[in-house]
Amino acid sequence: MNDISQLQAVATQVRRDIVRMVHACQSGHPGGSLGCTDLLVALYFNHMRIDPASFTMDGKGEDLFFLSNGHISPLFYSVLARCGYFPVEELKTFRCIHSRLQGHPATMEGLPGIRVASGSLGQGLSVAIGAAWAKKLNGDKHLVYVLMGDGEQQEGQIWEAVLHAGARGLDNLIAIIDYNGQQIDGPVDKVMPLGDLKAKYEAFGWSVITLDGNQMESVVETLQLASVYAGKGAPQLLLMKTEMGQGVDFMMGTHKWHGSAPNDVQKDAALAQLEETLGDY
Amino acid sequence: MEFTIYNHQDTRSGFGAGLAELGKTNPKVVALCADLIGSLKMDEFVKNHPERFFQVGISEANMIGMAAGLTIGGFIPFTGTFANFSTGRVYDQIRQSVAYSEKNVKICASHAGLTLGEDGATHQILEDIGLMKMLPGMTVIVPCDYNQTKAATIAIADFEGPVYLRFGRPKVPNFTPEDRPFVIGKADLLKEGSDVSIFATGHLVWKAIEAIALLEAEGINAELINIHTIKPLDDEAILASANKTRCVVTAEEHQQNGGLGDSIAQLLGRKLPLPIEMIAVQDIFGQSGTPEQLLAEYGLESVDIVAAAKRAISRK
Repeated sequence: MNDISQLQAVATQVRRDIVRMVHACQSGHPGGSLGCTDLLVALYFNHMRIDPASFTMDGKGEDLFFLSNGHISPLFYSVLARCGYFPVEELKTFRCIHSRLQGHPATMEGLPGIRVASGSLGQGLSVAIGAAWAKKLNGDKHLVYVLMGDGEQQEGQIWEAVLHAGARGLDNLIAIIDYNGQQIDGPVDKVMPLGDLKAKYEAFGWSVITLDGNQMESVVETLQLASVYAGKGAPQLLLMKTEMGQGVDFMMGTHKWHGSAPNDVQKDAALAQLEETLGDY
Repeated sequence: MEFTIYNHQDTRSGFGAGLAELGKTNPKVVALCADLIGSLKMDEFVKNHPERFFQVGISEANMIGMAAGLTIGGFIPFTGTFANFSTGRVYDQIRQSVAYSEKNVKICASHAGLTLGEDGATHQILEDIGLMKMLPGMTVIVPCDYNQTKAATIAIADFEGPVYLRFGRPKVPNFTPEDRPFVIGKADLLKEGSDVSIFATGHLVWKAIEAIALLEAEGINAELINIHTIKPLDDEAILASANKTRCVVTAEEHQQNGGLGDSIAQLLGRKLPLPIEMIAVQDIFGQSGTPEQLLAEYGLESVDIVAAAKRAISRK
């Protein structure tokens, strides 16, 4: 799908799915999910070379995506379902007992599209590095993407992994940070300031591109640019400024909706701002 | 009863030899190490297969995550570092990225237990078997000597699923015949007996061999079984032996809490309640000393196994 307005329409439906999923089970993380919607839609509907109809764990001959900040699972599930990994109807089982759509992504239930469990923060970059090395050993030229949170950058393991990828010039790896500036206890700048992340990653040997993660055109163009830079000797970081809660006015500009579900009135108010573009599940 | 000591070698060298052989025979095997190539005896694999070896530096958490990622591309990663840094330091990484994600990672851990010696308690992990056996889907293997460690290393490459392989630092008697097959989950009967069942694992298997000779001199006919796979436990072999002898001794270089003895006591409690005595470390940290001094200090010597056997028999 190359048309920006079509991608935006998918993103609007995905945002509806997120609100409805979190409302239905009265738990989950809508804020970060809404903020990263444009990125995941661009990756799965426009950019990555993937085969949703026949998912394989090893993903040979495909690009791979890892979600390190697993709490934005409503977004991940909606995008996977909407692009054909599993039936859209299954979204209604999110966080329910015996569902394949666990609170945080997991492989044990065999949900197509998930290659590793995530949720305990800081681990996804290391897994993506291993998968990127496997691509190189297999002579597979496809790329490995991993999305992390900004608060997640406070985990020590992240910096072990950042050091490794930079020192070894792992150039088939593209990491993305959701820089929404919010975490559970408040603004990242108050909880534990990250300083100049761009300079920090560059000092570790990474190429860094900054972008507006809530402008579909900018996301699509940046992903294309990163593909061009791939294979040139350095891992890449896309430092992606987003708004937590993007698309629902009262969920924006606050960390309040990191892990809270809307009540019935709030759900209706949110859905009134998000047109049903592809049909609700 | 006779055991031939072929030589004295460290179990970690058995791991290194097994890994070197896998390098030649299985192109899917890759190895990762956190700055301890020499200590883990991985030199030969590193030399022969540099393209399949990852030096990660002192970054154990990253190493475990990378190993999980490498399995996604179809590889069989063997991670190498000390037992302490292979388990306690990276427990959540193993739990989420390996065990819960059902990844085919082989966590290979050297310098386990008190026999690490002079480095002291910071490095002498005595809780690792418990940590690993509690994880759903994790297989836990503790071979007893060089030949068995080499055979176990080769065997786990053909086994699909996460494995914790625990071995050690000192040179110990190497008595397992080189051609003895290693079957994961199958206990090794070393000597039949009728008065007491001794279940030992790791370095304590040789101590138990010494113990049964001492017991024999006193007219006590002990049965000795090497439990090299702590999880899944060979329930059938353990229950059959205990049912015959009617009392049990366990021996391991690990805390009593969470170790082999704890697994066997659970099994007997559920299926066949019988007197059990445990040779293990009693809820205390180790200290610096030679391996032999430490085994004596914490009651893990052959004479301790002898005394435990007599206590168990007296409780029948």
